[in-house]
Amino acid sequence: MTALPEATDRKLGLVIDLDTCVGCQACVTACKGWNDQGGGLSDQDPYGADPSGTFLNRVHSYQVAVPDTPPQIVNFPRSCLHCEDAPCVTVCPTGASYKRTEDGIVLVNPDTCIGCGLCAWACPYGARELDAEQGVMKKCTLCVDRIYNESLPETDREPACVRTCPTNARHFGDFSDPDSKVSRLVAERGGYDLMPDMGTKPTNKYLPPRKKGPGEASLLAPLLDIKATGVAGWLDKMLGKLPG
Amino acid sequence: MNDQPKIDLSRPVSDEIRQTTCYMCACRCGINVHLNSGVVTYIEGNRDHPINKGVLCAKGASGIMQVTAPSRLKAPLRRVGPRGSGAFEVISWEEALSTAVSWMKPLRETAPEKLAFFTGRDQSQSLTGWWAQNFGTPNYAAHGGFCSVNMAAGGIYTIGGAFWEFGQPDWDRTKLFVMFGVAEDHDSNPIKIGLGKLKARGARVISVNPIRTGYSAVADDWIGITPGTDGLLILSLIHCLLEAGKVDLDYLAQWTNAPLLVNGAEGAEKGLFVRNAESQPFVIDKATGHPAPWDGKGVQPDLGAEWQGNRTVFRHMVEEYLKPDYAPEAVAARCGVTALRIRQLAAELAEVAFDQAITLDRPWTDFRGNDHRDMPGRPVSFHAMRGISAHSNGFQTARALHLLQIILGSLETPGGYRLKPPYPKPVEAHPTPHFVTTPGKPLTGPHLGYVRGPDDLCLLPDGSPARIDKAFSWENPFSAHGLMHMLIPNAHAGDPYRIDTLFLYMANMAWNSSMNSARVMEMLTETGPDGEYLIPRIIYSDAYASEMVAYADLILPDTTYLERHDCISLLDRPISEPDAAGDAIRWPVVEPDRPGSHGVRCFQSVLLDLGTRLGLPGMVAEDGSPKFKDYADYIVNHQRRPGVGPLMGFRGDGSETGRGAPNPDQMKRYIENGAFHQAHVPEEAAFMKPWNAAYQDWAVKLGLYETPQPYLFNIWSEPMRRFQLAAEGFGPRQPPDHLRARLKQAMHPLPIWYSPFGDEDAAFGYTVHALTQRPMDMYHSWGSQNAWLRQIRGRNALFLPTKIWKGQGFMDGDWARVSSRAGVITVPVAHMAALNENTVWTWNAIGKRKGAWGLDADAPEATTGFLLNHLISELLPDRDGRRLSNSDPVTGQAAWFDQRVRVERVAAVDHPRGTAEPKFEKLPDPPRFGGGRHNSSAKNWAGNFRRKFVRPAKEQR
Repeated sequence: MTALPEATDRKLGLVIDLDTCVGCQACVTACKGWNDQGGGLSDQDPYGADPSGTFLNRVHSYQVAVPDTPPQIVNFPRSCLHCEDAPCVTVCPTGASYKRTEDGIVLVNPDTCIGCGLCAWACPYGARELDAEQGVMKKCTLCVDRIYNESLPETDREPACVRTCPTNARHFGDFSDPDSKVSRLVAERGGYDLMPDMGTKPTNKYLPPRKKGPGEASLLAPLLDIKATGVAGWLDKMLGKLPG
Repeated sequence: MNDQPKIDLSRPVSDEIRQTTCYMCACRCGINVHLNSGVVTYIEGNRDHPINKGVLCAKGASGIMQVTAPSRLKAPLRRVGPRGSGAFEVISWEEALSTAVSWMKPLRETAPEKLAFFTGRDQSQSLTGWWAQNFGTPNYAAHGGFCSVNMAAGGIYTIGGAFWEFGQPDWDRTKLFVMFGVAEDHDSNPIKIGLGKLKARGARVISVNPIRTGYSAVADDWIGITPGTDGLLILSLIHCLLEAGKVDLDYLAQWTNAPLLVNGAEGAEKGLFVRNAESQPFVIDKATGHPAPWDGKGVQPDLGAEWQGNRTVFRHMVEEYLKPDYAPEAVAARCGVTALRIRQLAAELAEVAFDQAITLDRPWTDFRGNDHRDMPGRPVSFHAMRGISAHSNGFQTARALHLLQIILGSLETPGGYRLKPPYPKPVEAHPTPHFVTTPGKPLTGPHLGYVRGPDDLCLLPDGSPARIDKAFSWENPFSAHGLMHMLIPNAHAGDPYRIDTLFLYMANMAWNSSMNSARVMEMLTETGPDGEYLIPRIIYSDAYASEMVAYADLILPDTTYLERHDCISLLDRPISEPDAAGDAIRWPVVEPDRPGSHGVRCFQSVLLDLGTRLGLPGMVAEDGSPKFKDYADYIVNHQRRPGVGPLMGFRGDGSETGRGAPNPDQMKRYIENGAFHQAHVPEEAAFMKPWNAAYQDWAVKLGLYETPQPYLFNIWSEPMRRFQLAAEGFGPRQPPDHLRARLKQAMHPLPIWYSPFGDEDAAFGYTVHALTQRPMDMYHSWGSQNAWLRQIRGRNALFLPTKIWKGQGFMDGDWARVSSRAGVITVPVAHMAALNENTVWTWNAIGKRKGAWGLDADAPEATTGFLLNHLISELLPDRDGRRLSNSDPVTGQAAWFDQRVRVERVAAVDHPRGTAEPKFEKLPDPPRFGGGRHNSSAKNWAGNFRRKFVRPAKEQR
């Protein structure tokens, strides 16, 4: 089938902060808009009973039960993780699915993709979608057409989802550089691999939600026994404290 | 690898970028609209824009699907069949405008009040209000009465500013941020950006909200409060803080009316401030023990003073909130929050405010002339929105939350909640409401304002309400935004009087914007004994084929947001930041082409055209020609006061800001500047704005007001007390007897809590609270026509808490019958654990009527989609033969969230799945432009496989 590069020069990918993502779907339509631009990602039955279309990034909300704390909601953005051992590449019968040697981005060559769907079966993350109109597999490109795009201002050379994320829950960078922002975030916040037991070695990392619950401030002590002193006693004690 | 395909990594995005302002919701973000050969191909956020700083929400990035939506109207329409039948004929603009004038002109000449002009979610109220004022009808308002007026009025009457988008936490410095009922649909990108900053710093976020979604999901702590009890929880927090002496006495003494003396003598003055010979309230100076001016330099106000039997506001306040009624143990069950959790929250607030206080090294001078070396900050901040405002106790709850911020001493300090220009602005700097009509003449002032006492009510000589919505009447004295939700019911009932023409803009009153929607549809079509419609004429302007279109007699089709001019003005709802006043424009980045039809026009230009044809003052030049060519011309050349117009930037020769002569190049300069302009607040003026002399001077220079307007925060509200006095029988203007008790309760001059009126329904078996939320990816009814957004959220279910889900044995795929005192709906349900145990909810306005919005009749929005509106009556139950509106008794805010229901599982045999009840007849499709997202044919993978591999074989054959 298709070979993976033995190593890549860089490991470009995303850090997604699950403590910060509010599930607003901004990244979903920013991605759709960038990759569509007049029809790049088709939609079926857009005004009908069962609208569907190709999206390269989706956000799901999950309810999480944590013992002894109130129930929680985790908003979970899902897109290609640009795995080091990408099973979607090795399974491809035509070589259309490939991992770039220079930056590790996993892409699909639409000219050689036959739309067989094997890669989507192989991907444990459900990160690939077959464009029903074009008959080719679509997936997150890490905005490879933005991040090197010399027609864009330098500040805009980042994925559309990162640029648009209102809460700044998405970060883009090079994981092969231990000093990069993404590497530091992973180190500081305990960034983790999604389903590591699948052996795919995903490049993208997720930052876990922080611990939730009541604060640790000591309960307030009453100024005095108001029942005994009345409000007058309270006023005397309080106003005696006023400066000046 | 050498065999990697070559790909073009530097493909140019577009041949042109045009910058304008988003309108996918009311956030007003800056956008870069990319065009290729004049066609919009991509929309992204404008990095330089103060509101969104480059980011854009799900709606904004889907705007391209909105400007091409197939539901776009294409030409003026005249009703030809019965109202509601949807039978229209296309007419020319000339016919449309002359028809409208032929209806309106006689009304203006005889009885201007017979025209009622109400606008929905538009952002041009300074124009529409001015137009209605010049027409001379008292019946004008926008949609704030069913949206936000409790927050606006509760804020203005207390702190001279409000939550919603009119202020924001000091995101860079706050250490603890507490949200009460914060909706995720307003000021949404700024709040999300702010939350992101807090999260990046690891600052603590707490959400008080019956529902844990969105912002509440990422909050570090969540308090799933019982709806309608936020005020009680807040007053309990105040109790805890007072009990422990954790209050900022210095702040209270200097910046609030806490040290003012309240008249204690029985009689008509009781509860008003004691005043001196110059009619000024005063304080007792601690240094002398004698009266001293409240604004005197060097005065040290005595919070605890008692002078000639009159006690300070502070004493009244402490006595009230130290009552055991407010102890956590006393309120816990009612709030659905344990006493321990309340005490923990109070402790957190106190610790951050007092033990983690910060100081900014910025000297400043206050309005009294006292110099301060620095700016002390208490880095705890709050925000609140619809969860508080949409209750019948929302006004007082908003006041309570402001009081909490005040006693912590955090408001307007570094790390606290900060107001955005033109706020702070006290009640005294706002107009009072104007309503007196004279045929053929304008009103003498603006419709909407801030009532100071019973004398300012809008009442006719016989004491009846002067306005069709009964705003500024005894039923809701502080209704600063009107009561749009009562417009159609009152007009239908002829109560307080009959009107002739209903003129509506961008308000979907025949569906999701009305309470009791099914009944409202009937009201719009019912006829009297003479066969005439009870509401004789309806003119409606909208860009899309909404449900309301079918109920109008004349349709004036509007443009989409990329095809129009607008101004987001300091005269209205600007895009300011705490550190800068800001305003913005929209301009036609694409032409409003509807080839093959009469086309659409910017409603505001149409309004000015109508104004000219009606001869309205200010809209006609001396020679009788139109004074303004169109809305853009008005934006640039209209002056509200000499030198002050809709836009502040690039005035005069282009270098003047705020004040200056109209500049013909102003629009061009805005476009060059990214469609906005900012005037930055000087650093020494950035905090403590209500009292900061440098801020006050800056505000006058900019034209926000004519003289400095320093003021004290109103813990004790004298305007409210004046209404209580009236209810007690004092004063010449007296409320009707049936409203006395309610006024006495609701108009308490200190923030108090009372049960939401809807709670009474619990006695009838409707024990469950029912709420709606608007998703972050939809903006009311607009969203569903959007081909991308409806793929994200095209269906809604009623979310049930575990107690109800398990209690009734619900299972996935189940449906429920939900009933209230007003109606019944049968709808799909889903389980949600992170929810107050006595609350159910659904997404707002996903449900659509069949045939509307250019959607297919079998679209899920029109089959399983549903509204809660059918359960919500616009009237409270009958009491002594009277039914008052389902609104806050202070402001008239629609009490959507008071709703109580009963939920019962419905077996499949009793209700076929697939259709929500009630069902409505399909609306006929009005003439519309069509188009929209290409419906690509779906090919299965095998087909594609064949295409690539088998085709050569085919070709051989």
